[in-house]
Formats: sequence, C-alpha cells, structure tokens
Amino acid sequence: MDIKVLGSGCANCKALEARTRAVLDDLGVVAPIEKVTDFADIAGYGVMTTPALVIDGEVVLAGRVPPVADLVAIIERATA
Amino acid sequence: MELRADALAQSRRLRPWSLVAAGAVVWTAAYAVNRPLWEWLVGDVAGLDRGARLGGAVEFFVYDTTKILLLLGGIIFVVTVLRSFMSVERTRALLGRHRHGVGNVAAAGLGVVTPFCSCSAVPGFIGFVAAGVPLGITMSFLIASPMVNEVAIVLLYGLFGWKVAVLYAAAGLMIAITAGWVIGRLRLERWVEPFVFETTLHGRTIDPGAGLTWHERFAMGAEEVGRIVRRIWPFLLVGIAVGAAIHGWVPEDFFAEVAGAGNPLAVPIATLLGIPLYSNAAGILPLVEALHAKGLATGTVLAFMMSVVALSLPEMILLRRVLKPRLLATFVGVVGAGILAVGLLFNLIL
Repeated sequence: MDIKVLGSGCANCKALEARTRAVLDDLGVVAPIEKVTDFADIAGYGVMTTPALVIDGEVVLAGRVPPVADLVAIIERATA
Repeated sequence: MELRADALAQSRRLRPWSLVAAGAVVWTAAYAVNRPLWEWLVGDVAGLDRGARLGGAVEFFVYDTTKILLLLGGIIFVVTVLRSFMSVERTRALLGRHRHGVGNVAAAGLGVVTPFCSCSAVPGFIGFVAAGVPLGITMSFLIASPMVNEVAIVLLYGLFGWKVAVLYAAAGLMIAITAGWVIGRLRLERWVEPFVFETTLHGRTIDPGAGLTWHERFAMGAEEVGRIVRRIWPFLLVGIAVGAAIHGWVPEDFFAEVAGAGNPLAVPIATLLGIPLYSNAAGILPLVEALHAKGLATGTVLAFMMSVVALSLPEMILLRRVLKPRLLATFVGVVGAGILAVGLLFNLIL
C-alpha cells in the first residue's frame, strides 16, 4: 500500500502525517508514509487545500485533518 | 423495541445541536457580562483607579482580551461550519467559465466565502491556473481571501461598529476586483513561473466539502477555534498589551495632531508600515483600536490593517515560488495602490 501525505509543512500537514502514522501503527499496518512537499506535485493531484492523503495513487481526503475514527475507516477500506 | 432504537437514533442526531445551542447561550451570557464584570473586579475588588493610567490600561487589557477571545471563538466556529459547505475545488469549478470583469467579481466574492489558509495559496494558485482560470481572476481570488477575512470583519464590528466593518469588506472587495482586473488586462502571464502552466492535473479531484455530517462540521468548527487560538494567542496578548499601553499612556488626540485626517502622508506611511508587519487580523486589531481611540483617522487605520493582512511578507515569500519577481512587484504595487486610495478616500469622506 503506497501512502502519501501531501503538504508543505504547515501545522495541519504535520498533524495529518503524525495522526496517519499513529493509526497505521495501531492497526499494525506496515507501510511507509511518503511526504510530498513540492507544490507542483501537490497541485498535480488536483489538490488545492492541504493537507491531503493519497493511498495507492488516489486522493482519499483533502483539506482537513480528520478525527482518528475517520482515518481508521479510510485505511481499513484501503487495505480491504 | 423499534421505537426505542428510533428514539435513540433521533437523540443522537440532535445531540450535536443541543450542545451547540447550550454553547451559544453560555457565550451570549459571557459576552453580556464581560464589561461590568471587569469594571467591578478592577475597580472595586482590586481597588484600582480606572480613570488613572495604570488602572485604565489594566482594565482595557483584561476586558479586551476576554472580549476578543469570545468574539474570535464565536466567529471562527460559525464561519468554519458555514465554510465546510464550500471548497476551493468547487470554487475553481465555478470560476472556470467566466469572462473577465464578471469573473473578477465572482472570484472576489468566492474568495471571501471559501475556506483558505495561507498554505493553500500556492497549490491553489497552481490549481486555478493549470485548470485554465485566467490569471487576473485567480488574482482577485487570492487578494480577497486573506483580506476580506471573517475574523477581521467581525472583530471590526465588535470594536468599531457595523459601518466600519461593512466599509472594510466593501473596500477589500473593490481592491480585489480592480487589482485582479488590472493584472489581467496587463497580460502578465509571461511573468508566471513556467512550471505552473506545465502542471498537468491528473487524478480525480476530491471535494472536501461534500458528504459531511453536522456532527463532523461542528467538530471541525470546534477544532478550528482551538487551532487558531493556540496559534495566535501570543500575537493577541502582545497586540492587546501594546493597545493597553497606548490606551493608558498616550494622550487623547495625540495622533490627531501628528497624523490626523488632514495629513496626506499618514496613509502612505501607514500602508508601507504594514508590509513588514506580519500578523493576522486578530492580533493587529486591539492595536488598531487603541490607535483609533487616540485620534488616528479611520482611513489611515483601515489602510494599515489592510496592508498588514493583505501584503504580508511571509505570503509574498510563498508566492515567489509561482510568480516571477516582476509579477510579484506588480501585485504588491497594484494592491498597495488600492489600499492607499481606499485610505485616502475614507479620510476624506468619513
């Protein structure tokens, strides 16, 4: 599973990365999180409001840091 | 059995609303009681002379801090919930087909209601331009978003009354529309960093605003209040402290002599002063309020505020990634000129 967090270093972007990491660890999923900070790449995904989460090339959420429960649901759906 | 499950589901749906309603009642009570409470605490309980410099400054400080925190909390919550229905992605879709002129007005208007943080400035810019939204229209959006900011408007209303707040919003929109239109007419696309036009948009665009429940929207509102307050409270305290000092120690009408409405240099100086200063609206407003109380003309005050908020150095450093220096300079020049004009005009007519 290929996971990317899109964001250029604002507090929300770091928060999303940390929360995603925590959820992955809790679920026991072994997957590296790649941080994408280049603006051109971020915009290339069609994302205009950071932070955003990309799983296996598909943007699964953008523009906010969701509560842990939502993140768990998203990741479980992706691993299913 | 089914009736009880239904009732449970019903109460679960209503719970976020009852919490919000309770919160609103508490907020209104706190706001109403704020001034008398501090007058009593500072004057009677602590025994300070509220007419004297120290007493006046202390009372200003505690009263203003409470008032601004309350206003901020209320506005940010309401606006975040409302804005959760809009998104930059949807705005881009809406702006894609407008012609210049109308497009500038639409972009400025949408800039006000679309949720936008400064970290979205660059991806937003790239996303708009790469999707074919004309440069001038994109600029109108980018200027309106930070400047006609709900925090600024409601705080202005709380501190100066609705007339000033409406004037600020109207002036901000006019500047956004005109500056964007002018930049569009100057045909400055050649001064955008080339990679922006080469960015291809792949992948399905996701709309962050769709499909959220009320509970999620309220949760976002509450989170945003916490996030913003945590980020700005040092600026706020410094701003209020400086405001309190001015309130207590600077003589009444001091600025009226030095930089009153008749002095035409006041507005350009105020505009220039605002550029290196970085603050969001909340931090600068207590300072602005105190300056105004000491005789600084309304137009000068508004020019200063707009300059601090719209021509912020950090945002310009960010925009340098996508705008070549000449376009950036044009941007600053056109917006700065607009702010100057607004400041001078208000000093004349108010």
